[in-house]
Order: sequence, then C-alpha cells, then structure tokens
Amino acid sequence: MKKVLSGNSAAAYGSMLVRAEVISAYPITPQTKIVEKIADLIANGEFKTEFVKVESEHSAMAAAVSASLVGARTFTATSAQGLLLMHEILHWASASRTPIVMVNINRGLAPPWSVWADQTDSIAQRDTGWMQFYCESCQEVLDTMIQLYKVAEDKDVLLPAMLSEDAFLLSHTSEIVDIPDQEKVDDFLGTFDPEYKLDVNRPMSFGSLSMPHQYYYEFRYKIAEAMENAKNKIIEVERDFEKVFGRSYGGFLDLYRCDGADIVLVAAGSMSSTIRIAVDEMRDKGHKVGLARLRVFRPFPVEEFKKLAKDVKIIGVLDRSFCFGYEGAFFTEIKSALYNMDDRPLVKGYVVGIGGRDVTLDVIFEIIDDCMKTTDTKEESFKWIGLKG
Amino acid sequence: MPDDHEINYNSYKELPPSPIATGSSLVFKTGGWRTMRPIIDLEKCKKCGICWKYCPDVSIIIVEDLPKVDLDYCKGCGICANECPFDAIVMVEEESI
Repeated sequence: MKKVLSGNSAAAYGSMLVRAEVISAYPITPQTKIVEKIADLIANGEFKTEFVKVESEHSAMAAAVSASLVGARTFTATSAQGLLLMHEILHWASASRTPIVMVNINRGLAPPWSVWADQTDSIAQRDTGWMQFYCESCQEVLDTMIQLYKVAEDKDVLLPAMLSEDAFLLSHTSEIVDIPDQEKVDDFLGTFDPEYKLDVNRPMSFGSLSMPHQYYYEFRYKIAEAMENAKNKIIEVERDFEKVFGRSYGGFLDLYRCDGADIVLVAAGSMSSTIRIAVDEMRDKGHKVGLARLRVFRPFPVEEFKKLAKDVKIIGVLDRSFCFGYEGAFFTEIKSALYNMDDRPLVKGYVVGIGGRDVTLDVIFEIIDDCMKTTDTKEESFKWIGLKG
Repeated sequence: MPDDHEINYNSYKELPPSPIATGSSLVFKTGGWRTMRPIIDLEKCKKCGICWKYCPDVSIIIVEDLPKVDLDYCKGCGICANECPFDAIVMVEEESI
C-alpha cells in the first residue's frame, strides 16, 4: 500500500509495522508528529501497543530499557535537547543489551535556540554503545526501522539502534512511501524473545555491581564484540531485506556514481539528495565526481572507506556538526580509518548546515571546486563553508 | 555479595550478555547499609499504617495489626519516624544498640 507520508509519519507507521509492544516517548519539536501519529493509530484501533506517557526523555528511555528487559519489542523517539537528557540512560540501554530502536530527529542544540537540522545531537552520543544510522528519504526511514529491529535483536548483537533524520528537511517532508505487507514484515522480523529477561517466575537482578577484579572489563569487551558482530549482520539484513522487499540502501555506504571518480564527497542525511544533483551536473560536464552517503556511523565502516579510498584522489567530507576543539566528527574518523593505507587519498573537511543553514547546490559546488583546485596532496584542510566573515 | 552466590567465569565468552545477578534481593540483604535504626513504641502506636505506607523500601511489615521493622532491608532513612503523627518511632544509632 502506498501513502504520502512525512519522515515523522513514516517512523510512526514503522513502529506499527514492526509491532512495537511498548512505546514510551515524550514530545519535542520536530519529533512531536511521531508521537501524535502513534496516538492517532492507537485511537483509531489500528495499532495495539502499550503507550507509556512519561514526564521526560530521561524517563522515556528508562521505561524503554525496562520494557525491553521484560522481552518487549520497544520503540521511542526524540530530538536534540531530549536526546541529551536521555544520555545517562543511553549507556544503560547498551550495557543492559536492550535492542531498543529510537528515531532521533537531528536538530540544533541551544543556545541560541534552534529547531532546525544539525547533527551535533546524535554525534554527541557517539560513545554510548548505540548503533547509528542516518536516512535520506521517508521510504528509507520506514525500511530502516524494519532492518534495525532485525539487526538489534540478533543474539550476537543485542544492542540498541538510533535512526536519525534531519529536522524538517526529512521529518516534515512528505513523499510517497510504499508500506510493505504486514505478513511480509512479520515473517522477516519474527518475534523478540531474549534468553535473559525480567520474569517474576525466574527472578534475577539486572544491571548489578561488578568489582574491578570481576567482570566489568569483560562486559565492556562484549559490547565492543557485539558492535563488530553488527557489521556482518547489517550487511546480511540489507541483503535479505532486498530479496523480500525489493529495496536496498547500500548497507554502510550508499555509493552514487563513485565508479572511476577522482573526487568523492561524503555526507549523511538529507543534504545527500542535493549532492546527487551536483554530482550529475559535474558528470555531465565531464568531471569525475561521486557521492558516498554515510548511512551507518556506528559501527564505523572502516573497511568500506578503505575500499572506496583505493581508487579516489580526494575525499571531501561534509559535517553537519562540529566537535569543538578539533574538527567535524566524520572528517576525523574517516582520516583515522585511512591512516594506515599505503597510498591514501587526500581527505578534506567542510563544516556545513549548522543550525539548519541551507546546504544549497551553490554550497556543494563551492566544495567540489575547492577539491578540484587542490594540487598539493600533502595539504590537509578544514573549512567552515559560508561563514559570515 | 555472599560468596556462595558468586559464579566464577574463566572467559568473557561464558558470561551472560549483561551483568545479571541470580536470586534478586531475596538473597542479597541490604539492611547492613543502615547506621540508624527505627525503634517503634507499640504503646504509642495507633495502628494507622502511615509508616507502612511511607516506607520507600517496603521495610515496615504489619504483623498481627502492628508495625514491625524488617531489619534485613531497612536502611534507616527515618521517613517512618518523620511521618508518624504520634511520635511512636524514634531513630537510634546502630552502634548504641
């Protein structure tokens, strides 16, 4: 069935399609429509789920962790300040190995107040042990939600997953979305039935203490190992998803016209659509430019970047966030991934779109032009594009 | 943690996915954290149950209509003594008992 859905509505329909058994969420702009749409679906009798009304995002995540520990498939959604308030419990979720799926609407952090697209909120959660996915279209939001439950609930993974969409540019943009048949989704996902769960008939305490000489170290290693396991699982689920539903997003890196490219731009989220148009125009003029859309930030696709870098002269990285005191996070991490390569390409970093500043075609052309003008391959540059200076 | 409930693992591979303790608080008594102990004067008690209602750790138990402190779990917070309208509960230092 096809419907015209916004990125927010696609997330709400996604939670219904995966049959989320518990949803605990607190409304925040621009995520509010997800909560409202879920409430509509419940009120219409279309969606049977336990919706927990909570007093804050901290509580929303705490309720989600508890529900997941009982063995319930759990969903939540937030944005910006709300995600930051969840931060403590994000660590609880991953270390309790609860495969919660959360949609985060990427929004600028205050002050100054901003409700517009900016990825600093999710980048700031990099080290919480959550998988991180970035989407480009409403269809991808819906499809990725189905994929994420399959990856997260795998017994060799058991980690929570965050799906990010840019504020308004995706959360409030309506597109035609193909909603898959419920039976197909049911068959694809199966049910969530963890080996260890909160059960009154088999009492156990979760999240207990571990002394330095006991197993804290080992439990942390197990999270690191699970992230590694997730790499294969993400590829496997992407492949299986394509077989069943006929759609694919490239796994970790969504490569667009990268064959034979001298310059490849890397970006995540909605600006990728603009870059596709710029790439087409450059290719029409005979310039070998491509796009590698970063779809998964955690686990980080080191091997995929190494493979891409083999035949490329310059990688231009666009960060819609900034780690104060250093650089954009994507820029830093991509350079780190390529460091031990014998013949690595030049990597250039560009900060764009902070606080929802429009990333227009002109911005993209300026970046491509800057890459093309680079002759000194030893140069490593980093710029804020379009700064009023 | 009592030794007889500690399971020893030789490898991280044998561990459950997350830190899970078997047995719950039925096994792990937490009253040992207490420094102050509530003493109930049953002569003054009116059996109103306010102490039972306010105890955040379910450590006031009612035995034959009268409140009793469950010392296996009471942490000595003093909420019961503070809430009792008849001053029937006083907090006494553990070391003095």
